[in-house]
Amino acid sequence: MFMSVEFALTLAVMIFSLGALGVMLRRDPLVMFICIEMMFNAANFALVAISQYLGLIEGQALVFIVIAVAAAEVAVGLAIIIAIFRNEKHVDVDAISQLRG
Amino acid sequence: MKTLYLVLFLPLLTAIFIRLGGARMSKRAVSVLATSSVFVAFGFAIMSFIALSRIEPPRAATLIIFEWLRLGSMSIDFSLLLDPLSAVMICVITGVGTLIHLYSSAYMEEEEGTEFARYYSYLNFFIFSMLTLVLSANFVVMFIGWELVGVSSYLLIGFYRTKESAANAGKKAFIVNRIGDLGFVLAIFVLMGVFGSTDFNVILPSANQLGVGSVLATTTALLLFMGAMGKSAQVPLHVWLPDAMEGPTPVSALIHAATMVTAGVFMISRCHAIFELSPVAMHAIAWIGAITAIFAASIGLVQNDIKRVMAYSTLSQLGYMIMAVGVGAYSAGFFHLFTHAFFKALLFLGCGSVMHALHGELDMTKMGGLRSKLPITYWTVLVGCLCLVGFPGTSGFFSKDEILYQVLTSAHGSIGLWMVGTLTSLMTAFYVSRFFFKVFHGKTRLDHNVFEHAHESSAPMAVPLLALAVLSIGAGLLGLPHFISHWQPFEHWLAPVFSDLVRSEGHSESLGLPIGLMALYTLLAISGIGVCWRLFANVSETPTKIAVSFSYLHQLLWNKYYIDEIYDFVFVRTLFGMSRRVVRWIDQGMIDGSIHLISDSAQSLGIWSREKLHNGYARFYAGALVFGTVLMLALALFTN
Repeated sequence: MFMSVEFALTLAVMIFSLGALGVMLRRDPLVMFICIEMMFNAANFALVAISQYLGLIEGQALVFIVIAVAAAEVAVGLAIIIAIFRNEKHVDVDAISQLRG
Repeated sequence: MKTLYLVLFLPLLTAIFIRLGGARMSKRAVSVLATSSVFVAFGFAIMSFIALSRIEPPRAATLIIFEWLRLGSMSIDFSLLLDPLSAVMICVITGVGTLIHLYSSAYMEEEEGTEFARYYSYLNFFIFSMLTLVLSANFVVMFIGWELVGVSSYLLIGFYRTKESAANAGKKAFIVNRIGDLGFVLAIFVLMGVFGSTDFNVILPSANQLGVGSVLATTTALLLFMGAMGKSAQVPLHVWLPDAMEGPTPVSALIHAATMVTAGVFMISRCHAIFELSPVAMHAIAWIGAITAIFAASIGLVQNDIKRVMAYSTLSQLGYMIMAVGVGAYSAGFFHLFTHAFFKALLFLGCGSVMHALHGELDMTKMGGLRSKLPITYWTVLVGCLCLVGFPGTSGFFSKDEILYQVLTSAHGSIGLWMVGTLTSLMTAFYVSRFFFKVFHGKTRLDHNVFEHAHESSAPMAVPLLALAVLSIGAGLLGLPHFISHWQPFEHWLAPVFSDLVRSEGHSESLGLPIGLMALYTLLAISGIGVCWRLFANVSETPTKIAVSFSYLHQLLWNKYYIDEIYDFVFVRTLFGMSRRVVRWIDQGMIDGSIHLISDSAQSLGIWSREKLHNGYARFYAGALVFGTVLMLALALFTN
């Protein structure tokens, strides 16, 4: 073991927080997307670390499912971003607020 | 006694049947069905009467229809009591009822089919209600009948429901009656408390338990009398009766002259054992009766609406009846009720016939000379008027004479009451003949066209008039004065009911007083008629001159002593003012206010969240998500 579980979890939290901050603060949808991926992978990382620590295989199996779902989600998300870009000619997230109440 | 079921429930079943299916039946079928059901009920009433007469005195039969309530040790059954008093009443109700049903078939024929059916179902329902009232064997059933009568009266007064005055008159009658009913209900509670029962058979024979002359007895008697005051329209609760003339005329004849308004007199006669206990209450009753009699007669002197004149004369005659029972002359009062039922129904139907001929004209100042046009109406109304005036030989003469004689000689009576009664008698002669001469004699003041087209009504209207005219004359034979005849069927028949009374027998010995009184009344009647003949038989200026020279008095009478205005000012406006305040402060202010506060705050919360939270910025949503998650985590961490 080259990495203690505490270190791994701390790292996961940091990456997750960075991702969350990125989603909240950046207005470029692509960057927001990358930040969301960061959050996904932080969660995955925490899952792997815990599963290693507890000696259970389920956590790692779950990670694969998450990766598969994330791939699908990226495909849908990018398609939406491209569709918006075609219509609006710009990709400022704050400008896309037609669905407000 | 099983025939009583038929007497009572035939009209009810017909009423329900006509109400449900009458709109689909022809008018003729409706009227035939309704009339014949009351007629059959009348037949059974006569059978019950005969069956009762075969029972040894004291005649009475109780019939329990079903056991109704068990309240602790007290049980209240739905039971009927047939005794001489109720037997007379059911015959009068169904008998006069039949004639008026018959009359209505012609009088109401211009109504539409559905309205016609509605009218008949109400009328039959009224017959049922009135029968329930008079046949009841305990106070609770009597109260049910009492209220049902009030409801059907309300429905029939407001029969022309699109007419606002009629609707208001119905409401007025109902509300004024409620005031009286309050007293009646309270009296029933007192009796329940003291006797633990509501049965007449239990309470009345042992009424002494209330204590002779005690406060309790006086209170109970006065509370009961309050009920009677409402139904029998005594001052100060008389205001509804003149307005009740907004209903169809046959209804006025049946309900507001012959039957319902006598319920109060009937009730006092029924409960006389309670009233006897309290001389104070008896005095009050006699005086209220006397005041009503003279009060209403004086208003009748100047009214021009023919139905209103009749309404005030009904009030006045009811006053006589109440005065009679108030001095303990129950039999005399009841006899007047009996004769009055015939001649007043006759007079109202006569008014109806005049109205029918003149397309609803009610103002007697516009009539005159109708004698030649309406011969049947003329002669029958003449009979009715003579009865009402108390012309010698008619039933009204004997019954009124008996009352005034009793008022003068009975232990409860007094010379003051007698003088009021006698003065009223003179006024009666005056206003009745004024009505008669103005409508039928002299030169007509009618529009030429209307006068030419006035014609006697058809047989269904003429037959009841003739029948009632015969009854009005004939009824007097049942109660001739004692010095004329020893044959006293009416008094004998009722004797078992009033047997417990110590009668102030003044009848037998001296002939001078009764004959003198009779001569006096005859003189009064004739002089009243004579004066009217001079004043009103031909058009003259004299009545107007008299009215002008006593203009204040005339105004006072014309405006019915301003009683309606006073009530309006004192009660109606105060109540409205109070309720307006309650509406404004409590209902609109406090209750509505708090509800509006809740709904308004919910609404503004919604508006706020729509505009501020649901703002369309994806980043804001993400932030909210994170914030929420962090908040929940923090809660989870720190609350454990």
